[in-house]
Amino acid sequence: MDKMTTILQPDDATFPGMSEPAKSRTARPVRGLSDRTIAWLFVAPTIALLLAINIFPLVWMIRLSFTSLNLSMSYLPLRFVGLDNFTDILTDEDVWIRLQTTAQFVIWSVAFQVAIGFGLALLINRQFRGHSFWTTIILLPMMLSPAVVGNFWTLLLQPQIGPFNYLISLFTGVPPSSFSMTGQVSLAPWTIVLVDTWMWAPYVMLICLAGLRSIPDYIYEAAEVDRASAWRQFWSITLPMTVPFLMLAVLFRAIENFKMFDMVNLLTSGGPGSTTELVSITLKRAAFEKWRTGYSSALAIILFVTVFGAANIYVKALNKVKQR
Amino acid sequence: MSGSAAIAKGVVSRWFRRGPWETAAMTLIGGGIVMLVQPWSIDLYSYSFVTILAGTLGYVVVSHFPE
Repeated sequence: MDKMTTILQPDDATFPGMSEPAKSRTARPVRGLSDRTIAWLFVAPTIALLLAINIFPLVWMIRLSFTSLNLSMSYLPLRFVGLDNFTDILTDEDVWIRLQTTAQFVIWSVAFQVAIGFGLALLINRQFRGHSFWTTIILLPMMLSPAVVGNFWTLLLQPQIGPFNYLISLFTGVPPSSFSMTGQVSLAPWTIVLVDTWMWAPYVMLICLAGLRSIPDYIYEAAEVDRASAWRQFWSITLPMTVPFLMLAVLFRAIENFKMFDMVNLLTSGGPGSTTELVSITLKRAAFEKWRTGYSSALAIILFVTVFGAANIYVKALNKVKQR
Repeated sequence: MSGSAAIAKGVVSRWFRRGPWETAAMTLIGGGIVMLVQPWSIDLYSYSFVTILAGTLGYVVVSHFPE
């Protein structure tokens, strides 16, 4: 039945306990609009918003990537340069090095997050006193905004007043103001890895916890009957059955860290020099400091296609986990 | 259904299965990402975007193949 006319009750329908005016209001039929039209009316605002804030800027950016637009000289006529911006980026050693820096950041931070997150999940999976309280405490960092995290870690890592340097000096004996975690070439890359791991290891813990809770108890009971040691149970049951979830966590965190901008920009702004300059910071500098809009649009497209491709793999992995 | 149509359908179902093509597209995407961030050859870096783009577009196409 396509029309809405039959959805509401006819005029003569009576309901126990319903007053006369209310009955006449509900009994009014809606005519002329099909179910499909009504569905479109509800969906249309969302589609319009999506087109305005997602699709249109994307299409506009693709267009700009083929031009030589420089916003600091926007009075110049827009010149079509074909694939020149893409060629410039893909032969530029600086961008290549920034991508390697990004990859190193992704590899180390995801490795630490998975190791710590999985360890925490194994601990939290045991029932103990104060279990819920400690779970909440561990989850707190991932609930904070990256801007907040960036700001308060900047304070914590201050060489003169920050408690982090004092803590390190307590264990190592090195004077607190003799080193700067965000200002030294050898320490700054590890600082952004440390802060990102602190923030996102709880998220990996949550995913791993879901994986651990999905393992049926009877498998462990069967292993107990076979006199399998705890170590053997971990390698033969726990780890293999949690691997799909770990893969999911790795892919998700890798995609997120590849796009990382806000926290690193607040902590180090890509410095000292360009030691921690991730490709997203290079993009920001090209677009809003050098005003090379055409060039930065092309770089944004390269990053977009990379993330989109990785997201396809992520969705495929997610479907495999769902099928379990 | 005529014989030639059945053969054609058999060929399509044998060659255009989603599983292996999706795996190939994902391998192309993964290989392209490795090419993009590896520190050894700038030539590999230069061809990385084309590889990722081919893999991504290929994935979009082959994900519509029958199971």
